[in-house]
Amino acid sequence: MTVSAAQPSHASLARPHPAPEPCALPHPHITGRAGISGFPSPAEDYAGRTLDLNERLIKRPAATFFMTVAGDSMEGFGIYEGDTLVVDRSIDARPGHIVVALVEGEVVVKRYELIGQRPYLSSGNALYPPVAIFDLECQVWGVVRSVIHEYAV
Amino acid sequence: MIGLVDCNNFYASCERVFDPRLEGRPVGVMSNNDGCVIARSNELKALGVEMGTPAFQLQPLVREGRIHLLSSNYELYGDMSARVREVLEEYSAGVEPYSIDEMFVRFDGFDRNSMLTLSRTLHRNVRKFTGIPVCVGVAPTRTLAKLANRAAKKRPEFGGVCVLEPNEVGTQRMLADTPLGDVWGVGRRLVERLALQGLHTAWDLRCADPRAIGQRYSVVLERTARELQGTPCFEMNDADDARQRIMTSRSFGRMTGDLNELRDAIRQHAQRGAEKLRHQGSLTCAVLVFLKSNRHRPDLPQYSPSTIVELPAPTNDSREILAAAQQALEHIYLRGYRFMKAGVMLLDLIDQPREQLSLLESEDDIARRERSQQLMATLDAMNQKMGRGTVRLGVARPDAAWQLRCAHRSARYTTNWQELKRLR
Repeated sequence: MTVSAAQPSHASLARPHPAPEPCALPHPHITGRAGISGFPSPAEDYAGRTLDLNERLIKRPAATFFMTVAGDSMEGFGIYEGDTLVVDRSIDARPGHIVVALVEGEVVVKRYELIGQRPYLSSGNALYPPVAIFDLECQVWGVVRSVIHEYAV
Repeated sequence: MIGLVDCNNFYASCERVFDPRLEGRPVGVMSNNDGCVIARSNELKALGVEMGTPAFQLQPLVREGRIHLLSSNYELYGDMSARVREVLEEYSAGVEPYSIDEMFVRFDGFDRNSMLTLSRTLHRNVRKFTGIPVCVGVAPTRTLAKLANRAAKKRPEFGGVCVLEPNEVGTQRMLADTPLGDVWGVGRRLVERLALQGLHTAWDLRCADPRAIGQRYSVVLERTARELQGTPCFEMNDADDARQRIMTSRSFGRMTGDLNELRDAIRQHAQRGAEKLRHQGSLTCAVLVFLKSNRHRPDLPQYSPSTIVELPAPTNDSREILAAAQQALEHIYLRGYRFMKAGVMLLDLIDQPREQLSLLESEDDIARRERSQQLMATLDAMNQKMGRGTVRLGVARPDAAWQLRCAHRSARYTTNWQELKRLR
């Protein structure tokens, strides 16, 4: 079977190739804000004296959004109900990335995968089979850079 | 060269970033207390819904599910606006917000031949990084950049980007197709006067003798004519498009981090803005306050915050506007930074007669409104007679009720931990 799955409906996905080349992630000098409130972290002044999680987790504040996980569909990837996702819109999605995607009007978190050279969105839970996206209205919203899991203490 | 980046249907676009079901649907955003429509998506415009339409008139369409009306979510819009600015600042140190959804970007010293490529990059990256679609117009002057932006927006073949060189044939054709009323800072009355002299299009004004224009009309129009020829004459605040927003800002003589000095500046700007507002017979829905540190001093810590305070109801009362502006300032002020500039922007102006009185309004409210109008009229009359600033306001009522009806507000997806987008 030939693979010409690149339909306009998921044009925003990078063309899949088997072994993604390593890609340097952008590390711009952050003069902006913490990414939550539109204001920079006052802690930036003290770089070198204390560690700032914003600096560690947020590479591009303007393109970074936080989202909350609902449901159990991603538990296999260590993403649980109530976790906070750090989503970066500036990254081009490649196979293997955990992505936030728009699928037929719904916003979901899934893993972008190639199965037999075809693009799929997979869950981390055997109860939910992978969804083929080559004939669906589907767009990548952003790429999940990290997940924050807080324990009850 | 200077660019104008304008967000397409900004409020509706902000909502769509987090609610894809609104994509392609008619979306309207309502003023404070869900009074009237202050922002429309293209689809809503196509249905013939005008700016300022009272929300209750649209309820039948809402019930039938044909349109979506949302309460204004200024926290979200303010944050998304700051993100757009931040993306632009990756490319130029000279980003000047002109309103919440429009920014001038200075490209001093950039290679002219690379402007189209750069503009396309800005156009693509703002959309990709923030989700907000924009149009980019670039030209040697602000007036031409405005027109370039308009072309980028109106003509699909430009793909959202237009770089305008003043002496090209295409530019001439475009200016000839542009009625004078669409030129930055040329008001309705001026259009009528110019028409009597046979000046109808931007091209007519460009070909006129600027000095003669200056003598006959005004220095401002003379500068507009020169700008159309490609000679930069305007700075940010010179030509005000007061129909949509009013901005008052000024650079400090020297940098300051003193809260009292900042309060003073904000007070003056808010008051001046409120005067302008009353002068043109408008009401404002929200007040944006911004501070700017000195970007040309990279040795100093940089902090250029802005925030929006929504008013309980559209108003032109200096006291309410002042109180909102002060509240905004307290919210964003941080010690340890020195600022070069402070400003106040009045957003989402609506015509006074269109104001929708709230159904819940009591007789007390009505009496208060009348007293306020009298007081403001007296204030303006005295200041006009005896010089600006004769009567000024001190600190305004701290008891302003910021409780708002916002039944249809979307979540504050980017500014409130409890309201993040939930994903399955």
